[in-house]
Amino acid sequence: MTAKTDLSSTPDSLPSSPLIHDSRTLPRWSPWAFLGGSLVVATGLLALIGTPTPTGVALLGAVFFAISLTAYSARVEGRRHATDRFATTLVTAAFGAAMVPLVSLLWTVLANGLPMLTASFLTSDMVGVYGDIQGGVLHAIVGTLVITAWATVISVPVGIMTAVYLVEYGRGALARGITFFVDVMTGIPSIVAGLFAFSLFTIVFGPAYRAGIMGAAALALLMTPVVIRSVEEMLRLVPNELREAALALGVPKWLVIVKVVLRTAVAGIVTGVMLAIARVIGETAPLLLTVGYVAQVNADVFNGRMTTLPVYAYREWSQGRVGVDRAWGAALVLILIVMLLNLVARLVSKYLAPKAKP
Amino acid sequence: MTVTSPTRSPRTPAAASGGTRSRRRSGRGFYGLSLGAGISILVVLAAVAAFLLIEAWPAIVASREELDAISWLDASSLAVYIGPLIFGTLLSSVLALLFAVPIAVGIALFISHYAPRAIAQALGYLVDLLAAIPSVVYGLWGALWLQPVIDPFFRWLSDNLGFIPLFADYTPPARNVLAASTVLAVMILPIITAVSREVFLQAPRLHEEAALALGATRWEMVRMAVLPFGRSGVISASMLGLGRALGETMAVLMIISPGYLFSFFLLKPGQHQTIAANIASKFPEASGLSVNALIATGLALFTITFAVNMLARWVIARRKEFSGAN
Repeated sequence: MTAKTDLSSTPDSLPSSPLIHDSRTLPRWSPWAFLGGSLVVATGLLALIGTPTPTGVALLGAVFFAISLTAYSARVEGRRHATDRFATTLVTAAFGAAMVPLVSLLWTVLANGLPMLTASFLTSDMVGVYGDIQGGVLHAIVGTLVITAWATVISVPVGIMTAVYLVEYGRGALARGITFFVDVMTGIPSIVAGLFAFSLFTIVFGPAYRAGIMGAAALALLMTPVVIRSVEEMLRLVPNELREAALALGVPKWLVIVKVVLRTAVAGIVTGVMLAIARVIGETAPLLLTVGYVAQVNADVFNGRMTTLPVYAYREWSQGRVGVDRAWGAALVLILIVMLLNLVARLVSKYLAPKAKP
Repeated sequence: MTVTSPTRSPRTPAAASGGTRSRRRSGRGFYGLSLGAGISILVVLAAVAAFLLIEAWPAIVASREELDAISWLDASSLAVYIGPLIFGTLLSSVLALLFAVPIAVGIALFISHYAPRAIAQALGYLVDLLAAIPSVVYGLWGALWLQPVIDPFFRWLSDNLGFIPLFADYTPPARNVLAASTVLAVMILPIITAVSREVFLQAPRLHEEAALALGATRWEMVRMAVLPFGRSGVISASMLGLGRALGETMAVLMIISPGYLFSFFLLKPGQHQTIAANIASKFPEASGLSVNALIATGLALFTITFAVNMLARWVIARRKEFSGAN
């Protein structure tokens, strides 16, 4: 008897091992055959009733597949293996179900947004736009970039220093308290952050005050905990040997943190900050409450309303007609910016990571 | 004793100009800076609660006559006004959770235990991509793509199961709470999936191998070794998802046709509204006491999400203490 005891093999090859199981198993290709058969049957059945749509074929085919494979497996392999196959089908279907919104969302944004993405759309604002004139998003792009930049300027230093405190200095009740409240801060709804920024600035500067900095403050409130969490994680990854070696050379602790710990973790920190920016750049609700909407470019963050891409998209959508097209265009620009940030984050973490000198 | 060089004292580059005292001072300064940043977190959070309370207070103590002056508030008191909003918020979020949790657990299992190792990570990124999409885009998608797609399904539901009050009286277009919850479910999928996946991956390898060695099928292995281990992780992941869904504004704002009732008619438009969407729709035009009233509803939302998140953290912390794997 040649019992194969390969422990590193994948779990699904185990039950077919001759030691454990008899030969009454379905061949490996059988699920695919069942899938093809189910889809054909579903298409045929729907064609009998009416015109088969892709959604209908996929749904009905999946149901047929689950039933037929489970039933056949129950006959050939037994109940336990049939249950296993049914569970595998369900789990895979769950993943497939999650892909439906992702694919349809990206597809609709591309299909509706691409025709809008012309040079004039990107370089003009909404001054003097009426009727079916295309208009533009320049003011919204400027507003989004300025407000997000200010939110970054506020939240990144605070975030990094808090993470340094938690990892390098923090002991005892204070550090535990800060960790706990950072978690609480992560859960603040974005609209509450907007209300906070509104209350803060209207109490200090009077009820009519509107400026981009209000939105930046709200975004900074949402961004800080994200920055803290990711920087904290990066700092904890820095090997203790590096710290100890530097301390043993007589370097004071703060210099160890600046020149060794932060330097080692810089790639991860930059990546974390980029991802935090990508997370808040699409926030709509707090900006709707505080910064609002204007038709022209306003780059002065301390004075007057500004337009941001998400608020622009929402407002144009609620205007209807050609506004809906503008909304899709703005949505596409926004998604492109988010994707670009994610890409830059990946590249930065690749190139900024400290390399061992040869 | 090894003296390296008598002319050079073991000074660090930064302290070269100063001496021990300035070195100590800059060290203390840096420590103070980081401590200050940490404390500022506590201060900011206290400020959030304080400013919301200050701004909400005039509406909380306002008399009935003063509240009557607000055009959209025809309730005898603020509590009566907030009640249906809290109900709508909880209803839409709990429905979203009901849709999202089974699918998220399925996805997490698929990525951690079913998908081929080589592509599992890439599939994980694909799900994370859902988290990177701005909420206003979800709103657009829900309002313009999902509503026509989901319409025949709702029609079928109302025609065939309409005798259950839950599904009665569907009126197209699908601007009802069930459509909004569907979009919310998609939006909270990534967070629930990500946390559950982490927990499932941490399931003790030895337990899994032992189960397989005893002849368990893959599903039996998952049911006996992975799911019991991951249960509290899934619960806390769901709570985090619930916290997200409670505070989500744009998707609800752009889909639901608002109403202020304690109603379980899931397919009827004009029955429900959430706190967040209500604030976003009324705030831009509000002035005077109505601003305070809206901020009071925001304070209620803050309190609810605060409680949900605390509960989630508590479950996570308890798991850390008692799980045998760590």
